[in-house]
Amino acid sequence: MSGVTEPELRHIGFQLAGVSREERQQVNSDVLGFWAFLMSDAVIFALLFSIYVTMLEATAGGPGGHQEFKFSSAFWETMLLLTSSFAYGMVSVSARYARKDRWVLLWLAITFGLGAGFLNMEAHDFISMFHDNAGPDRSGYLSSFFVLVGTHGSHVLSGLLWILAMGVQIAMYGLDRRTRVNLVRLGLFWHFLDIVWVVIFSVVYLHGLIR
Amino acid sequence: MVSALTGCSMLSRGFLAAAGPVAAQERHEFGIVVLIMLFVIGPVMLITPLMAWHYRLSNANTAFRPQWGFSWILEGLIWIPPSAIVVLLAVFLWQNTEQLDPYKPLASAEPSIEVEAVSLDWKWLFIYPSLHIATVDQLVLPTLRNIHFRLTSGTVMQSLLFPQLAGQIYAMAGMTTQLNLIVAKPGKYLGENTQFNGDGYPHQKFQVIGLSDAAFQQWVASTQSNPSVLNDSAYKTLSKKSVLPHPVSYGNVTPGLFASILRQSTGADQKGSHGHA
Amino acid sequence: MPDPHVWHPFLGALSADSFPFVEAWRDPTVSKIIAACAGGIVIIGAAVVIVLITILGKWRYLWTEWLTSLDHKKIGIMYIVFSLIMLTRALIEAVLMRLQQAVAINSPGIVSPEHFGQLFSTHGTIMIFFMAMPFIAGLINFAMPLQIGSRDVAFPFMNSVSLFLTIGGGALIMASLVFGKFSTGGWSGYPPYTELAFNSGEGPDYWIWAVTLSSAASMLTGINFAVTIYKMRAPGLTWMRLPLFTWTSFCTALLMIFAMPPLTVATLLLAADRYLGMHFFTNTAAGNMMNFVNLFWMFGHPEVYILILPSFGVYSEVVSAFSSKELYGYTSLVIATMVIALLSFTVWLHHFFTMGQSPAINASFGIATMLIGIPTGVKIYDWVWTMFLGKVRFTPPMLFSIAFMVTFVIGGMSGIILATPPLDYMVHNTLFLVAHFHNMLIPGTLYGLIAGYQFWFPKAFGFRLLEKWGWLSCFCWVVGFYLAFMPLYVLGAGGVPRREQELFDSAFRPWVAIAFTGALFLFAGLIALFIQLWVSVKGRHTNAVPVGDPWGARGLEWSVSAPPPEYNFATIPHVSRRDAFYWRKVNHGAYKPADHYQDIEMPRNSMCGIVVGVGAAAAMFGLVWHIWWLVAVNAVVTLFGGFVRAFRRNLNHTIPAATVEAHDRRWLAVANAVQPVARTHESSMANRGLACLE
Repeated sequence: MSGVTEPELRHIGFQLAGVSREERQQVNSDVLGFWAFLMSDAVIFALLFSIYVTMLEATAGGPGGHQEFKFSSAFWETMLLLTSSFAYGMVSVSARYARKDRWVLLWLAITFGLGAGFLNMEAHDFISMFHDNAGPDRSGYLSSFFVLVGTHGSHVLSGLLWILAMGVQIAMYGLDRRTRVNLVRLGLFWHFLDIVWVVIFSVVYLHGLIR
Repeated sequence: MVSALTGCSMLSRGFLAAAGPVAAQERHEFGIVVLIMLFVIGPVMLITPLMAWHYRLSNANTAFRPQWGFSWILEGLIWIPPSAIVVLLAVFLWQNTEQLDPYKPLASAEPSIEVEAVSLDWKWLFIYPSLHIATVDQLVLPTLRNIHFRLTSGTVMQSLLFPQLAGQIYAMAGMTTQLNLIVAKPGKYLGENTQFNGDGYPHQKFQVIGLSDAAFQQWVASTQSNPSVLNDSAYKTLSKKSVLPHPVSYGNVTPGLFASILRQSTGADQKGSHGHA
Repeated sequence: MPDPHVWHPFLGALSADSFPFVEAWRDPTVSKIIAACAGGIVIIGAAVVIVLITILGKWRYLWTEWLTSLDHKKIGIMYIVFSLIMLTRALIEAVLMRLQQAVAINSPGIVSPEHFGQLFSTHGTIMIFFMAMPFIAGLINFAMPLQIGSRDVAFPFMNSVSLFLTIGGGALIMASLVFGKFSTGGWSGYPPYTELAFNSGEGPDYWIWAVTLSSAASMLTGINFAVTIYKMRAPGLTWMRLPLFTWTSFCTALLMIFAMPPLTVATLLLAADRYLGMHFFTNTAAGNMMNFVNLFWMFGHPEVYILILPSFGVYSEVVSAFSSKELYGYTSLVIATMVIALLSFTVWLHHFFTMGQSPAINASFGIATMLIGIPTGVKIYDWVWTMFLGKVRFTPPMLFSIAFMVTFVIGGMSGIILATPPLDYMVHNTLFLVAHFHNMLIPGTLYGLIAGYQFWFPKAFGFRLLEKWGWLSCFCWVVGFYLAFMPLYVLGAGGVPRREQELFDSAFRPWVAIAFTGALFLFAGLIALFIQLWVSVKGRHTNAVPVGDPWGARGLEWSVSAPPPEYNFATIPHVSRRDAFYWRKVNHGAYKPADHYQDIEMPRNSMCGIVVGVGAAAAMFGLVWHIWWLVAVNAVVTLFGGFVRAFRRNLNHTIPAATVEAHDRRWLAVANAVQPVARTHESSMANRGLACLE
């Protein structure tokens, strides 16, 4: 490789070799704290999934998933999000290895674009469902669908805002320890949202279309 | 003195004054649990202050071992007997919960009487579907026969409790729950709602009148001759928020009223019977 | 009731009718006048505080020393001040409710049914979310970092945000006394009663948003505490060397992280129903109220263990310190704590045995509930056996602990009764249930919080609280508890439902009368605590304990001055065994200067926490009253507070080694000059913060 020492490898991306105990503690705490937050977020999604599953029959005579979901848009949304996760992977790699910050900014921009594309498609889907009189106020089932998928979407929106903020931060301050730790946390967040989407795609869309 | 005397009359309220086999069995289980638990907590309540007092700072006659903090024997006594008692209580709990399942019909010589209960704001409607009569804020029941209730709510979640007979089960809109009880002897008992539902909540109590079989048949006959009809429009009037000054009876009930009340809440018969069959 | 269809683009649903003063003017019943007085007290109280601070010229001091501070000790103290204010309000509400039930037998009494509904709803909501949770956050914030040899918590800024989100929620509930009415749906807010179809006014919305603020704050606090304990322990402080209070704080933090999400989901879905016309829990269009019940109690049950575990930790510290002894059964206590935390997630269904589940399901949850009694019992026995072969001193914290051990087990018995489904069918939602949970919360949670407050007060402020008033307070709290709640067990077993504004059986009269006397004693107990504080502050020079170890205790928090410096420890201690400070004292290794002092970096103050808290609270107020522009503006303000913080670069300031050394040497000079006080005299002026070890 490019001359990475063993202790440095252990702290890949953070460059913690030779820093004070307090700083190492702070970085470790920052990342652990964010994991804890993600786990609580996972609980929220798990509960929204449970509500969704218990309300599959609660269509109150109105449309269910089978009538409203379009496989093609669900498929392309999935592709957009999966590639955006790959793009973020490139953000992490370029943060570690690239010589210039602009590579990180480029990959951040690509991630942003793919994420925004995902949200755009999802918004179109929602609007067409509203026009079909299949909005969240129609039945318990549709309420649970919109809140589950909508919560994921609002998390993606927050992620986009975060990417913008990171872009500005890196442009202003470069890749110092604080921005690197933030990039790691944003990465965790972004990949977590990807995983949640895969479950949504399976439990909500595939399952809804098969029935 | 007078207060103490009037206070003792609490013994004639609630399941301690059980008037039916369900409440009686619950009282029995209550006694067992209390006895076992007194055996557990009694020593703690006695030993704690005694221990504190005996080892007080001013008592120079006691040993002082500031680093004494462990004993295997004591650990065994601390963990094992409580676990054993919990296992014992668990056995009683499992048996009693199965036996006192509110959905389980009770054995009685005569066949069950069906009552459909609808909780409203702030009153209870009782429909006797096979007898085609209904009462509001009063429940008349024959003694020594199983009464099988199916409950739903015409408004918010409510809870039907008969402190001396049996209890308690939630009534929820669009769903049915069930309750079974037997009234052991003729008398007047209390029925009430225990789930807060607004201004009239404390008034949502009614009398349960236990009658012998003959007296019950008489009551049914006289109610059936009552000209009031409980149809959809009468039910709509009943559903309005109010506390009725007196109980009301209906000599005729539209068939299938209970089912239509169920459907009203959901827009379609989505949930039907709730809980286990 | 105000017209729910009145809406104005600037004022939202606010109108003249929203004010209790206007309502009382138009319809002067006793109930409405009480409501107007309550609203008046809020306004006058706020005005008095503002005027006092201005007259005393303390705004700058308050701002720089307290409000913008990220110091965990100061944040902890602010939490406790806030919770004592909320405790006062909620206790007054309790006294009013007991008075109502005492006089309203076959008579309407003094408060209307709707007012009574608000009283029990605010009483419960405040006591749990705005008294107990903040008090707990305050105690853990203050003591835990000191106990683990750390300079602060892992996320000091997030700590400040949590504090101000909590205060914001409290402000929202106080605002409900002045603007409009609070929910009448209880602290649990069950739909469909709290849905638009049955309560379209602002009440349930106040409840939803106040609880949302509190639960967001608690979740962040949980993350903060858990990561602090996990990552920031002093070198050598392994898990099995931690003090019990830190162990219980850790388990509490884990519960906070995982138990708050179900509440967030429950309240936000209810908000979706109310604001966006959705159908999660409505009666129509296939909503299902049972989902709310499950979600709420998936939060609610771990919540009560959040409330009790920190107090259990306090009892461990207090009983050990005032028995002059090592804790009995340390390992058992740790295992018991973890088992309680784990099991607390498996029992939530016992809150709704009567919802029609099959007997197998009910019985399984009932047995799981009883299982928690085992580790709880283990803890109690362990505390009793800690006193064995000890030297017990009856200070107020110790008296509260003994009162707890004796009284709490009665609640344990009633808990086993409630855990048995057929018995629960009889006493669910009756006063028996009310007596049980107050039996757990008052002797369990509250006595522990008060004991912790009195135990660590000298450390926080450098002077002792006068014991005389503490003993009086303890007496009032104990007598008051028994008088107020034992009659409720009797009434509940007799079938009396909870939340009743009027009663109809004269047989209840002696019982509710006794219960009312009990409430008065409880209130007297609180007043005694305030008098104790007042008298002790006035005598703070006579009662000063600058050396910082007035009780001869064992934890690291006692090894620093009272009050501790901003950075807690001049040098981070290295720990080699449990009760390290105690053993250093025994081996004459305490109160020695360090070999080498270093510069210390501590967080700078920040006003962003206040901005986030105020912005969030104002946004919630806008949501309650449908003042959409207020929501939008404050959402931006809140986000802006976060962004400013994210972009700020110099977050710390450095305290030079010379300053650290000077402060340390000054304190050590005092410590080495002071005469250690014998345990018999620890409650006297002779106690300067150094105790004899026998």
